[in-house]
This record gives sequence, C-alpha cells and structure tokens, in this order.
Amino acid sequence: MKLSLEEVLHISMLCRMELTEEEIEKFRNQLSNVLENFEILQQVDTTDIPPMAYPIHLENITRDDEVAPSYPQSDILANAPRAEDGQFRVKAVLDSHE
Amino acid sequence: MSSDNRLYELTIGQAQALLRKGEISSVELTRSVLDRISQVEDRVRAFVTTTEDIALRHAEQADERIKTGDATPLTGVPAIIKDNMCTRGIRTTCASRMLEDFVPPYDATVVERLNEAGMVMVGKGNMDEFAMGSSNEHSAFFTARNPWDVERVPGGSSGGPAAAVAAGETIYALGSDTGGSIRQPASFCGVVGMKPTYGRVSRFGLVAFGSSLDQIGPMTRDVTDAAVVMNAIAGYDRRDSTSVNLPVPDYTKSLIPDLKGIKLGVPTEYFVEGMEHGVRDAIDTAIARLEELGATVDREVSLPSTRYALAAYYIVAPSEAMANLARYDGVKYGYSHDGNSMWDAMEKTRGHGFGPEVKRRIILGTYALSAGYYDAYYLKAQKVRTLIRREFDEVFQRYDALITPTSPTVPFKIGEKTDDPLKMYLSDVCTLPVNIAGIPGISIPSGFCEGLPVGMQILGKPFAEETLLRIAFAFEQATEWHKQRPEF
Repeated sequence: MKLSLEEVLHISMLCRMELTEEEIEKFRNQLSNVLENFEILQQVDTTDIPPMAYPIHLENITRDDEVAPSYPQSDILANAPRAEDGQFRVKAVLDSHE
Repeated sequence: MSSDNRLYELTIGQAQALLRKGEISSVELTRSVLDRISQVEDRVRAFVTTTEDIALRHAEQADERIKTGDATPLTGVPAIIKDNMCTRGIRTTCASRMLEDFVPPYDATVVERLNEAGMVMVGKGNMDEFAMGSSNEHSAFFTARNPWDVERVPGGSSGGPAAAVAAGETIYALGSDTGGSIRQPASFCGVVGMKPTYGRVSRFGLVAFGSSLDQIGPMTRDVTDAAVVMNAIAGYDRRDSTSVNLPVPDYTKSLIPDLKGIKLGVPTEYFVEGMEHGVRDAIDTAIARLEELGATVDREVSLPSTRYALAAYYIVAPSEAMANLARYDGVKYGYSHDGNSMWDAMEKTRGHGFGPEVKRRIILGTYALSAGYYDAYYLKAQKVRTLIRREFDEVFQRYDALITPTSPTVPFKIGEKTDDPLKMYLSDVCTLPVNIAGIPGISIPSGFCEGLPVGMQILGKPFAEETLLRIAFAFEQATEWHKQRPEF
C-alpha cells in the first residue's frame, strides 16, 4: 500500500507540522514500506479479544481537593518564548476574514 | 588517593565501601570521574550537558553527610541522568532542537529520590531525540559513540548513559525504556540495564513518549548496583497515576548466587532470522552456564504472537507519541518559530523544531489514529497487544523467567541503518514485546562477538524484578563478562 501525496499533506495538516517537499517524498516512500510490513497484523484473528490500552488495570483515581503550594507564575513563564503581563502571548487565533 | 587509582572505574558498591571507610572522599571520586570526562568525552560524546560545578557541590555535601553517619548506598556516587528526565534549574533537552533551551522548574520524581539519597550528578545523557531511535544517531546535537569501537553506535535511545557507564565517565546512570531503550544500549556497551515492570517506577517528570510503554530504570556496571539503584527509585508516587502502590522489597536481598529450583524457558521466536551467529553462540553458552548453576531449562518454549509485536509496537508507540508531542506548539516553552498567523507559526515551529525520526513517527501515529484507519491499525494493534500479554502470562505459569538475546546483532556501524527506518526498527525486535506486555526485563553482559559485547535478556512476571536480579546475579558471579572494560 502506497501513501499518496494528498494523504501525507492531509496528515501533516492534522498534526500541524510543516514538511518540505523533499520530506514529503521521503516519508511517503519510507512509511509506505513500513505500512506494508504492518499488513501482517491483518492475519491475526482478534475476534472477541479486547483491546489493551495499559499493562495494568486502572480505575479512575481521585484525591481530596486540598490547597497546596504550586509553582510560582514567574517560574512557569520563564520558559515561554513570549510572555506579557503574566500571560503567554500568542498570535491572533481568529483570522480577520473569518 | 592519587588520580592514577582510576576511581572512575569503581562500581557503586566498591565506591561506597571506600567512602564509608574514609579511604576516599566523594570529592576525590567525583574529580576522578570529571577528569575522565575531560579526557575521553570528545571521543565518546555521551553528554548533552556536563554539570561539573553542581557535581563538586553535591560531592562536598555528600562528604559532610558521610561523616555524620547518615549516608545511603548512593551518597557521594556520581551519576548521569538521561536528558529526558527533568532536572530543576538544569536544561533538559531530550536531544531535540525543540527543547534546546528548556530549563525545568521541577525535578522528576526519580531525580528527587536520587538527590535525597545523595547523588552527585555529573551531567545529562545524550539520546535519540525524544527517545525515538535505536542508535543515538537521531540526537539533534551529535551522536554518542560506542566505547568498544567508536566507529559503531552505542545503541539507543539511552546511548549516552550506556556509553558513559562503559567509558568510565560516570559510576551509574538512569535511562528510560519504551521499546528497549535501556536494554539494547546496555547490551551494545557491555553494561547492565534493567527495565522495571510498568508502574514500578514513577514517570513523573519523564518527558512523555509512549505513556503506556515508558519506564525508567538503572544502567550500571554490575547487577548489585542495579539492585541498589532500584531500591532508591522504585515505589508509588501520587504524582503518577499509573505508578502502582505495592510495597518495594529490598532488591539487594534477592542477590543469591545459585539457581536451584529456578525454571527457565527459552522462547524460540526470539532467535530470529538475521540473528548473528556470534550472538547465538554467546547466548547458547550463557544458557548452558545457567543450567550448570542449577536452573532447569526448556529450550522449546513458544510465544507465537511475537512475530506481530514489531508491527503492533510501531503503531501503538507512534500513536501515543503523536498525542504526547502535540504539546510542542511554541507557546508555553521550547522552540518557537514566527509565522503569519497562529496556525502558520505552530506549523513552522513543529516543522523546524522536530528532527526527521520524530516527524516520521508523528506522521505514522497521526495516520494510524485518523478517520478510516483507526480500526485497521490502532485498535487492531491494541488487540494484538492483549494476545502478546496473554501468551506471556500463560508461559509464566510454567517458568520463573525467560532467556533471550537482547539484540539480534552486535553494535552496528554508524550510518549503517539511518536510511532505512524499518531496518532500524528491527533492532528492537527482542526488546519491544516486553514493553507491549508491561513486564520487567534486564540485559546483562554475557559474552563477546568479534570484540563487541553481547547482552542476554532475562524476562519475568510483572513485579518479579527480584527473580530477574537473582538469575542475573548468579550468572554474573559465575562469569567475568561484566569485568571487561573497553580500552581507551
């Protein structure tokens, strides 16, 4: 199974990751080869087999809602590429024509 | 003691004995390791960051603590921490451009625990970017080298920590293992590496890759040291909801040098096509040795679903990675690229900040989770995961542990597999079923093939780390492999 150019472009949009033309072509070939090898999974009979998300049995874990010290705001913002007035600064979320 | 005593070659146990008797100080030991780093690091390239000043400060504090009689078995002993575990105030890069300047505001739980035990941290270890790789060649900065042959890879993704332990640039290391990233580099560099049961060690502060697969563990010069480090890092942590609240035994008590009554199985599926003859010979010899030590060995055990493990893993792990790496948006921390709009900036940030292997896996994971493919890939892989776990559970009703090679090959040449991702992925074929099932595994030095180390992998039931340590210890006591050091 060969990934199409459109599929790779669609995926790169879904994961919001820009790719160069060379990358698109390279990944298209490499991942087609990988996916071809994964076809082996279709041979496995998994009727009535439940999916496994975690190796251990997990149930919702809750704790008491107690007030406790948190990190200082300045520590958290120290790694921000752009911060202003104690907040993360981002570009406008909505385009003007939307 | 003078510097020609090669203190940097000591094990934790040997160092601790000398420290307690006052024959050496932690400052002397630390200086020996730091001197060694300055001598060999330009050839090994195991460190993303070295922390000389912090190490010497830690060492002075440790010497004070040892004098008061309050020392733990790790007090004053130098360590390297893989650079995907958060260290407060010390940059934590994951060997990625994306986190090149990231300075965590907190310590990972394992780092906190080692600090409490008196660790002397000499630096942060090189790795494949975001722990995705089997050779260290996917580090965005530079490739760590194998101290046994610097033309060859140290394995990955914890290649830096493994190389540092082998080259005498640290006394021990912490690595992380998502599909073999502790065990395979341990095997390639001739050291001990243990991946504990999923949930045994807290993942809080470990930069997430595959959340249902990741586990932190020790990389050491012998099995006793692995037990000592496990004592310090294992246990429940309320900050990791997948850490398991079970009592932590004293792992050093399981170090018994005989194997009477131990039942071992050898799964035939792990002796794969393409396996090197020298590796097979070394493992066959090691298995015979385990028999001489009193274990009974069944060489015809079968885990038929093993052949599907690689495909299942390379769907599950990238899918989880894709979700975990969605957080790198150039807003809160990390690399940030300018753009015409918010989306444009985000796409450019991720396009420029991630290296090729990380991008490949994000694309693979996004594909496997996307509409129309979810059932065929992701859900199918999760069901196969159940089958793999069930087979292990069934086999462990009859055997105490399973013996396999850690890797089908000895360390390969730098550049040999970088153009063929599938070939690189096959390097983990013996280790990744263990993460899929969530069981513990240890790799120990078990021979050489053409001058390069071969590792034997021992697998056990969930939370049976003591059994693995016992088998590994008995083998180690009867052999000299772990005492071999690369010439440098």
